[in-house]
Amino acid sequence: MDRPANHRVLNRFFEKPGFKRLANQTIEALLPLASVPLALIIGAFMLLALNVNPLTAYGALINGVFGSTFGLTQTLVDATPLLLVGLGVVIAFRGGVLNIGGEGQITVGALAASAAALTLNQWPAYALIPTCLIAGALAGAVWGGIPGFLKARLGVNEILSTIMMNSIAQQFSLYLLTGPMLDPSEKAAGTSIAQSALLPKASWLPTLVPQTLLNAGTILAVVLAIFVYVFMWRTTIGYRIRAVGLNPDASRYAGINVRLYQMLALTLGGLFAGIAGAVQVMGVQRRMMDGLSGGYGFTGIVVALFGQLHPLGAIPASILFGGLLVGSDQMQRTTQVPSAIVDVLLGMIVLFVVSSVIWSRYRARRRQTHV
Amino acid sequence: MSETVANNGHKKLQEVQMVGIVKRFPGVLANDHVDFDVHAGEIHALLGENGAGKSTLMRQLYGLYRPDEGKILINGQERLFYSPEDAIEAGIGMIHQHFMLVPSLTVTENVALGLKSTRLFALDLDKVERRIVDLSEQYGLKIDPKAYIWQLAVGEQQRVEIVKALYRGADLLILDEPTAVLTPQEVEDLFKTLHQMAQVGHTLIFISHKLYEVLSISSRITVLRDGRVVGSRPTEGATRASLAQMMVGRPIIQQYDRPAVVAGEMCLDIQDIYTKSDRGGDALKGVSLSVHAGEILGLAGVSGNGQRELAECLGGLRPVRQGKVILNGKDVTRASPRERIAAGQSYIPEERMREGAIKEFSVADNFVLEDHGKSPYARGIFLNLNAIRSQARSVIDAYNVKTPSLDTPLKNLSGGNIQKLILARELSRHPKVLVASQPTRGVDIGATEYIHLRLLEQRQTGTATLLISEDLDEIRALSDRIAVIYEGKIMGIVYNSETTLEQLGLMMAGVTEK
Repeated sequence: MDRPANHRVLNRFFEKPGFKRLANQTIEALLPLASVPLALIIGAFMLLALNVNPLTAYGALINGVFGSTFGLTQTLVDATPLLLVGLGVVIAFRGGVLNIGGEGQITVGALAASAAALTLNQWPAYALIPTCLIAGALAGAVWGGIPGFLKARLGVNEILSTIMMNSIAQQFSLYLLTGPMLDPSEKAAGTSIAQSALLPKASWLPTLVPQTLLNAGTILAVVLAIFVYVFMWRTTIGYRIRAVGLNPDASRYAGINVRLYQMLALTLGGLFAGIAGAVQVMGVQRRMMDGLSGGYGFTGIVVALFGQLHPLGAIPASILFGGLLVGSDQMQRTTQVPSAIVDVLLGMIVLFVVSSVIWSRYRARRRQTHV
Repeated sequence: MSETVANNGHKKLQEVQMVGIVKRFPGVLANDHVDFDVHAGEIHALLGENGAGKSTLMRQLYGLYRPDEGKILINGQERLFYSPEDAIEAGIGMIHQHFMLVPSLTVTENVALGLKSTRLFALDLDKVERRIVDLSEQYGLKIDPKAYIWQLAVGEQQRVEIVKALYRGADLLILDEPTAVLTPQEVEDLFKTLHQMAQVGHTLIFISHKLYEVLSISSRITVLRDGRVVGSRPTEGATRASLAQMMVGRPIIQQYDRPAVVAGEMCLDIQDIYTKSDRGGDALKGVSLSVHAGEILGLAGVSGNGQRELAECLGGLRPVRQGKVILNGKDVTRASPRERIAAGQSYIPEERMREGAIKEFSVADNFVLEDHGKSPYARGIFLNLNAIRSQARSVIDAYNVKTPSLDTPLKNLSGGNIQKLILARELSRHPKVLVASQPTRGVDIGATEYIHLRLLEQRQTGTATLLISEDLDEIRALSDRIAVIYEGKIMGIVYNSETTLEQLGLMMAGVTEK
């Protein structure tokens, strides 16, 4: 196997630090964004078929994001859980374990955070907020750790186990929210909507921009993204997770406990999704509700992949998808299109972007070398 | 010669000319105005070190790359190949060093893979099977079309690759380092086949760095060095020394200086070990070996007689059913890989890309694959990137590993340089015991010489080395004592200086003196 870059090179290139490579990857990541407009064009035809003016629809989409302070901040609000789940996916996928359990992990994280807040409702904010966040993180970690343990000990396929844990979490949450955790005021009014009582103010994440939902959770997410970068590329644990994900055989030969680190990767994946749940409940909803996970658990996976499975790449990816969610909300309100069309549009965008990545790699391969 | 129409209707390939081929990769001029020609009936060897440009040149002939400059002429007509499909259509087939076979499918299914069925939605595998049987009779290639690839030995798998190419109507076959994974017997069979094919008018291009094979099989030799043709000549009259000098640009050591070393204490004591094989039964049936400080014990044997399983037991990856392994006085029979490293053992694995390194990781990252958790490479859980880089840099310079930078992904390096890095990594720990499994397999002549010299150097400093190799020349060049393994048992342990090739050959074939 001849490789081009060996003894013919007369000069030594500069040692490229890790983030120069990231810069190249960012350019690679921006190219697929160009295919987003293409997806929207196809979507336009679908809208026409539904007797909706695509210009109005897309105008509403853009207006939804950029037309108001609320739109801009809401983009970041929606981006936050996506980023957090995405960070967990980055760790898990890089460790070679496919964590599809985001939904369930978000749910149990939110449940734990709200349970802690409602129980410790006399505590001051500086103690309650960290406690609730940690509770959410731990709950998510357990929810990821159980499939992790099953995989390590019994070889259970983590795709199956994490998806099943989603169902368990959803039903368990429903049980709690219609039973022990049901909002007393709901019970009194006799409506029994599945939600908890309003969380104590001391547990609310501070709002950053008045009259909006933008809260400190967003800052926390960005800080955690940087933390994940350092963790994965500057610590021995991150090194081992990456090694195990790329080549478990060689890792085993080198003395790394492959099963342990796979389990750790799944646990950390759950931990970050759990934080996402805690942030949603403490910063946005301020009470636990059924369906709080809202698909973030799955969309977070797409966000992570769009970000090239790099924590810093997940930041722009999450903002893009946050924007699409906000814009499509507005589009739906303005044009009254069925909500399904929004899902179709998002799905098409994913399809087009992934295809464009594959296509550009195929082109590059035709011109140059094979691996 | 008159044109002959081959079975599938295209004109038979009589002659290939590559004129003025230039191919550039980022930072490298892989082919520098190369001229190459080959005719029907020739077995033309393409010799050169790794990175000389021989694989690159042939990949352009096979349509995997496109030349930046220059042209390719088939039977005098200029052709452009946009993909291997075009090359196959022109009658060119390629047999890669790493086979492109699907282990879980049968021979027939593998040959049919990628071809169109004659029936609309159904497969017509019986047709394929019949043609395979025809071809195998025609060319004397023993193949069972119904066998699964994973059941076949390496030599048999290679025959499947050859049949695949012939099935697609290849007149010209390019073989990339075909003997790298074959036993001596399988090499003989292959050469017989190649001669037969040349006699019926096929053209064969044989990429290799093994001088003695090139001299025995080829009719013409072209030597590449640093992307340029150094010379092209008929094989008759060429010598190993002259060819080696053309390849490397300097004289090559023909025989190593092995100064006598007083063998010291026993460092590795393998006592009567048994281990199960992957297919039931025992792979090792009571193997006992001992290696002393300052000696190289060579383990010779035809591939598949238990060497791989022995190496895995010593590495801590395969359980020892019975018996003991003592390393520097410590019982490591049930020890983990980490514990063995801690006890002073270094291990160079047989399949370097699968077991010894992580190809997506950088050179620097691979350097610390085993030691990343220890000082000075880490402080607590934080990696000390500076320490890692500076150590990696000095070791890479010392071992002459050619890489553009420390951050280059390992997969971009040539096989020889990857092996040198792994060697550098294992030796820089100054191990008391070194287990080296096929250390120069697939490695070019320059790097092989270098690795051999470093192994001898380690021997001088007192390391006890167990050298497991299917290359008998290598064993005889380096070992103080030689053990031969056959069907999981040790046939005999002899002093290198007191044994002949014939005696070793007999032991390797399972013949004992009793």
